Amino acid sequence: MNAIFEGIGASVRRKEDLRFISGRGNFVDDINRPGQTHAIIKRSDRPHAKLISIDTAVAKAAPGVIAVFIAADMEKDALGGIPCGWQIHNKDGSPMAEPPHPILASGKVRHVGDPIAVVIAETRQQAKDAAELLDIVFEDLPPVATVRDAVRPGAALVHDGVTGNTCFDWHIGDKDLVDAAFARATKVVKLDLTNNRLVPNAMEPRAAIGEFDPMSDDYTLYTTSQNPHVIRLLMGAFVLHLPEHKLRVVAPDVGGGFGSKIYHYAEEAIVTWSAGKLKRPVKWTCDRTEAFMSDAHGRDHDSTAEMALDAAGNFLALRVRTLCNMGAYLSTFAPAVPTYLYATLLAGVYKTPAVYAEVHAVFTNTVPVDAYRGAGRPEATFLLERLMDVIAHDTGHDRVALRRQNFIPADAFPYQTPVALNYDSGDYQTTLTKALEYAKWDEFPARRAAAAAKGKLRGIGISTYVEACGIAPSKLVGQLGARAGLYEVANVRVHPTGSVTVFTGTHSHGQGHETTFAQLVSDQLGIPISQIDIVHGDTNKIPFGMGTYGSRSLAVGGSAMVKAMDKIITKGKKIAAHLMEASVEDIEFKDGKFSVAGTDKAKTLAEIALTAYVPHNYPIEELEPGLDETAFYDPKNFTYPGGCHVCEVEIDADTGVTTVVGFTAVDDVGRVINPMIVEGQVQGGVAQGIGQALFENAVYDDQAQLVSASFMDYTMPRADSIPNILVGTETTLCTHNPLGVKGCGEVGAIGSPPAVINAVVDALRDFGVRHIDMPASPQKIWSIIQAGRPQMAAE
Amino acid sequence: MPSVTLTVNGKSHTVDIEARTLLVELLREKLSLTGTHVGCDTSQCGACVVHVDGVSVKSCAMLALQAEGTDVLTIEGLAAADGTLHPMQEAFREHHALQCGFCTPGMVMSAIDMVMAHPEGMTEEDIRHNLEGNLCRCTGYHNIVKAIAAAWPVMHGKELVAAE
Amino acid sequence: MYDFKYEKPTDVAAAVASLGADMEAKALAGGQTFIPVLKQRLNKPTVVVDLSKLGLTGITVTPTSVTIGAMTTHGTVAESEEVKKAIPALAHLAGLIGDNAVRHRGTIGGSLANNDPSACYPAALLALGGTVTTDRRTITAGDFFQGMFTTALEQGELITSVSFPVPEKAAYAKFRNPASRYAMVGVFVAKLAGGVRVAITGASQGGVYRHTQFEQALSKNFAPDAIKDITTPSDGLNSDIHASAEYRAHLIGVMTKRAVLAC
Repeated sequence: MNAIFEGIGASVRRKEDLRFISGRGNFVDDINRPGQTHAIIKRSDRPHAKLISIDTAVAKAAPGVIAVFIAADMEKDALGGIPCGWQIHNKDGSPMAEPPHPILASGKVRHVGDPIAVVIAETRQQAKDAAELLDIVFEDLPPVATVRDAVRPGAALVHDGVTGNTCFDWHIGDKDLVDAAFARATKVVKLDLTNNRLVPNAMEPRAAIGEFDPMSDDYTLYTTSQNPHVIRLLMGAFVLHLPEHKLRVVAPDVGGGFGSKIYHYAEEAIVTWSAGKLKRPVKWTCDRTEAFMSDAHGRDHDSTAEMALDAAGNFLALRVRTLCNMGAYLSTFAPAVPTYLYATLLAGVYKTPAVYAEVHAVFTNTVPVDAYRGAGRPEATFLLERLMDVIAHDTGHDRVALRRQNFIPADAFPYQTPVALNYDSGDYQTTLTKALEYAKWDEFPARRAAAAAKGKLRGIGISTYVEACGIAPSKLVGQLGARAGLYEVANVRVHPTGSVTVFTGTHSHGQGHETTFAQLVSDQLGIPISQIDIVHGDTNKIPFGMGTYGSRSLAVGGSAMVKAMDKIITKGKKIAAHLMEASVEDIEFKDGKFSVAGTDKAKTLAEIALTAYVPHNYPIEELEPGLDETAFYDPKNFTYPGGCHVCEVEIDADTGVTTVVGFTAVDDVGRVINPMIVEGQVQGGVAQGIGQALFENAVYDDQAQLVSASFMDYTMPRADSIPNILVGTETTLCTHNPLGVKGCGEVGAIGSPPAVINAVVDALRDFGVRHIDMPASPQKIWSIIQAGRPQMAAE
Repeated sequence: MPSVTLTVNGKSHTVDIEARTLLVELLREKLSLTGTHVGCDTSQCGACVVHVDGVSVKSCAMLALQAEGTDVLTIEGLAAADGTLHPMQEAFREHHALQCGFCTPGMVMSAIDMVMAHPEGMTEEDIRHNLEGNLCRCTGYHNIVKAIAAAWPVMHGKELVAAE
Repeated sequence: MYDFKYEKPTDVAAAVASLGADMEAKALAGGQTFIPVLKQRLNKPTVVVDLSKLGLTGITVTPTSVTIGAMTTHGTVAESEEVKKAIPALAHLAGLIGDNAVRHRGTIGGSLANNDPSACYPAALLALGGTVTTDRRTITAGDFFQGMFTTALEQGELITSVSFPVPEKAAYAKFRNPASRYAMVGVFVAKLAGGVRVAITGASQGGVYRHTQFEQALSKNFAPDAIKDITTPSDGLNSDIHASAEYRAHLIGVMTKRAVLAC
C-alpha cells in the first residue's frame, strides 16, 4: 500500500529529527513558566561531616531572594526520604541495610555534592549570589573513599548503625557444587580485577521545574526523566505524599539518559514542594560540575574471579567474589545492579555447570552509584571475557577455540543457567564466526607485522557476551526484591478518520521511539507512518508506564502496543463483519483493510474507525462505540541479546597512547525494526564502552574528594578518539514476545570494554602482561611497558 | 543596566542586560532562542556553538556585551524562510547523526564552520579532528562524521576529494 | 559569575588608566580562560576592561621576526600564510590550542598574560627568545615568565604585541591532557643562530621552563639521538590523575625527540 516501504525492517529516517536539527526541541531547561523563580542547591564540599548549624538569615535578606529552605523546613511538613525501589536480602535472609536518604542533608553530610539547602530567587544569578551567604558550620568526620576503605577494620561509618558500612552481603548459586568442582579441577585460573567508576554524562544536564496551581491543588513537575510515571509514584507516594491525580509529571525532550535519569532525585522533590510553598513555579538546572557530584555514578566493582577447568579446557565451575560501591545513599535501583543484573549473568555464553557468586555492597562517602548503560551486565561481561583471555594466557589455549569449546550450543535453547536465568534463544558460534570474518581476524598477523615495522604495537581482542534485558516479568522481579511491577502500557487511539495516536509508557531520550514505534504500528495496521504519532513523557496523557531503561522499550513497550493493536483489530473485525454482513470468523485484516475472506468486499481501517465513532449503522448492543484500546503487557521472561565484539588497537610504545584502529560488533538483538537506528544505538554504546576501557574514570582521592569533577579532568570520548564502528546483526528471535525482539540499547556498552582491553593486552603480549584494569590510560600502559622492558632484555 | 545591540538570525535586537550575562544566556533567556544549549561549564562540550560574524564561537565563553554590533547566527536561523533546511541539517537527518538531539545544534554549527573553512577538501581524519570541541554522548560520532562528509559537496558544489 | 562594570575603551591609554585605577579591575582579551574562571566565581573583578577595540590585532613579518598584535586570535595565527612561511612551528602551535571555536576567540596576549602552566604559547616565546611589548616597555621572554600564573606584568600593564625572532628551524610537539586537551607536556624546540633552545610547558610546577641539558646536547648535535642518554629528573614536575611526575619526565624526552625530528 505504501509507496515507500516503511514497516518493520526499513531504515526510515527519524520523525523526531526535524525539531532537533532546527533548534526547536523542547528540553526542560527550554521551558519557562509564568512567574518562574530559580533555585540553586547549596551542596556540601565536605565528604563526611556533622552539620553543626546552618544560618540562613543573611542569604534570605539578599537581593531577589524569595526563600531559603533546609532539612528542618521539610521535616515540619513531614516529607519522606528518597525511597529505594529494590530490596536485597542478605545470605542469612535478613533485609539489606536501608538507611534514611533525606531530601536535604539532615544532621550529617555524606558526600561531596550532598544537598544541604535550596535558595530560591527571582533570577538564577541572585540565587547563586545568595547561596554563598549561607553560613554553614561543619565538624569534619573521617571519610570513607573507596570500597576497600569501607571494609577496613575500624573504618568510619557512613551511616550510624550500619555496621561495617555493609548494605548487604548476598550470594547466588550452589556453593557446595562449585567447591566440589574446584576440588576435582586440574587447573584453576584466578583473576583480580576492578570495574572502574564512571560518570554517565548525558549531554543534557538534569533540570526540573515545579509548578503548583492553588485553584485546583494540582502540582506539575517537568523533569529530565526516563520514566515520568515512576517519578510520580515514588515522589507522590513516598516523598511528598501527593495523590496521583494531583501530580502531573512531564518528561519532554530529554537529552540522553544512559540510566542516570531513571532515578528519583532530591531536586525533583525540592522544586515541586517549594512551588507549593511559594505558589510560584520553581526552576532548577544543573551545572555540569554539579552533575558530576549529584548524578548517580556507574560501575565501581572490585572482584576476584576463579575458574575451575578440566584437563581438556572445559569449564567446571566459576567462583566470583565482588565488593561493590553503593555510594553514600541508596539510589532508586542501586541494589539490583550488582546482584540480579550482574551475578545472574556470570554464566555468560558458557555452559559452565556450576557458578557461585558473593556480592558485598558497601556504603562510602561518594555520590550514589546506580545503573549506567548496561548496569551490571558490563561488569559481568568484563569479568568473564577478561577471564577467558587470562585462561587462554595461563593454559596456552587459543582464545577463540577456548570460547567455542565452552559455548552454550545453538541447539541447547531454552537453556537454564546455574544462576537463575533461562536463556530463550541465541547462536554464539555464528555471531563469533561473523565477527571474526568482518574484522578479518585471520589476516591480523600481517597487520601486526606492518604496525611493528612502523614501531607500533598492534593487538586484537574479542569479547563474546550475552545480556539480559527487556526487564522484566513482574512476578519474578517482585520475588527478587523489586518494589514495582515492570510491565509496560500502550494506548492505541484510532481517530475517526483513521489516523492513529499511540500513547506509550516508555520514554525516548535519543532512542528514536517516535519512528520505530510508528514503523511497528504502520506494519501492523497498514497505514503510513505520517498518519501515526507516538506520544510519551506525560503522566496526564498516558495511562501508565514504567519507562525506558534496560533496553526494554521495544521488547516490553512494543509488545504492549502489539497487544493493544490486536484489540483494535479484533474490535474492527466485529464492526467490519456487521458492515459487510459477514461472519466475524470470515473477516481478515491485512494491509490496513478488513475484508471478507474469498470475496472482494473490504473496508479500510479509516472506514471502520469512522463507523466506530459515528455509530449509525453499528452493533451497538454488543459493542461500545470508539476505537481506542489500552493494553498492559507483562513480559514472560527477560530477553537475551548476545554477540561478539572485535577490537583492534595500536599502541605507541614511547608514550603509551592506545589508538583504536578497528571495531566490529556483530550483535543478535532479535528482530530489527529499523536497522539504521539499531546501528546507531550499537555505535553509541560501543563509544561508551571504549570510553570506559581507555579514557573514563571517576577518581576520588583518599579524602573522598572527587578529583575528576569536570570535563577538564574526566576524559570524554571525542570524535578523534573513536574509530568507525562496523556493525552487523545476526538474528535469532526472542521466543516469548510477539515481535521476537530482544533490545539493542545496551549491547554496545556491554560487549565492548573487554574487547578493547583484550586487544590492549594482546598488543602488549611481549611485555609479560596478563591483565590491565580500566581505563588503560597512556600512563598505565607506559608503566607496563617500562616494567616489561627489562624482562624482555633478560629473556 | 548596560545594553547590547546585535543582529541575531538577521533581526536586530537591543536588550538591557547585566554585564555578567553570557551570550548564550542572552540568546536563551532574553531572545527565547533555546536551540542553543548549555552542556558544560568549562567550554568543553560545544553544545552552545553559534556563529558570530561568520565564525564558530562558544556562546558560553563570551559575554553578551562582547557581541555588541555583531551578526550572530544560531541553529534557528539556518533554514531558509520557506523552511528549506541547510544542507548540513539535511545531512544530519539523512545520516542519523543525532539521537537525543541535545548536542546537535552545536554540532551542526561547528560542522558548517569547518566545512566552510576547508574549501580545499577534508579527510575523515580532518573532520574528526575539527570536531574536537564538540562532545556527543549518543552517536559514537560515526554518523556525525558521515553527515559532515556528505554535506561538504552540497555546500561547495563540487565533489569532495580529500586534500593532500 | 559575579556582576561587574564592563568597559570597552578604544585606546590603550584609556584601558591602562582603567586597569591602573582599580586593583580589582581585570582585562578581558579573548576570554576563553577568563570567562570560564569568572563563571566558576574564582575571580571577582569590579571592572572588566574589554581590549577588543584597542586595535591590537595584526601580524607583521620581516625576514628576521614575526610580530603579532596581542589581540590576534589563535585561529588567525594558525591560518596565517605569512606565519606558516616564517615560523611554521608557531602556526602549528596556535592550531593545537583548544578547538576551532576557542581559537576564534582566544588571543596570544591573553594566553601569555595568564601564563597558565599548561598553555602552549609560553613554550614558543621562551624557546624562540621572543619579546613581549607592553604599553610601557619591552620584556624578554626570560624575564617575562615568573612561575605559573605569574608574569613580569605590573598591575594595569597591557601586552600590546609579541615578537618572535625567525629561527633556522623550530617545531612544537604537544602531548595533550586526554581530558582538557591542554598541554600535559609541550616541547618547543628552536634552532637559532646562537644555539638550540628548548622550552617545556605543561610539565613543571613552576610553569614554562628551559631544558638546558637538552639545549646543550642539541646545540652540539641537532638530532633526536643527541638526547637519548639524558634523563630528565622528575623533581618539581606536576603529578595528577593523568600523569605522574615520572611519566611527565619521560614524555619530555619523547616529545623533545619528536620536535627535533619535525624540525
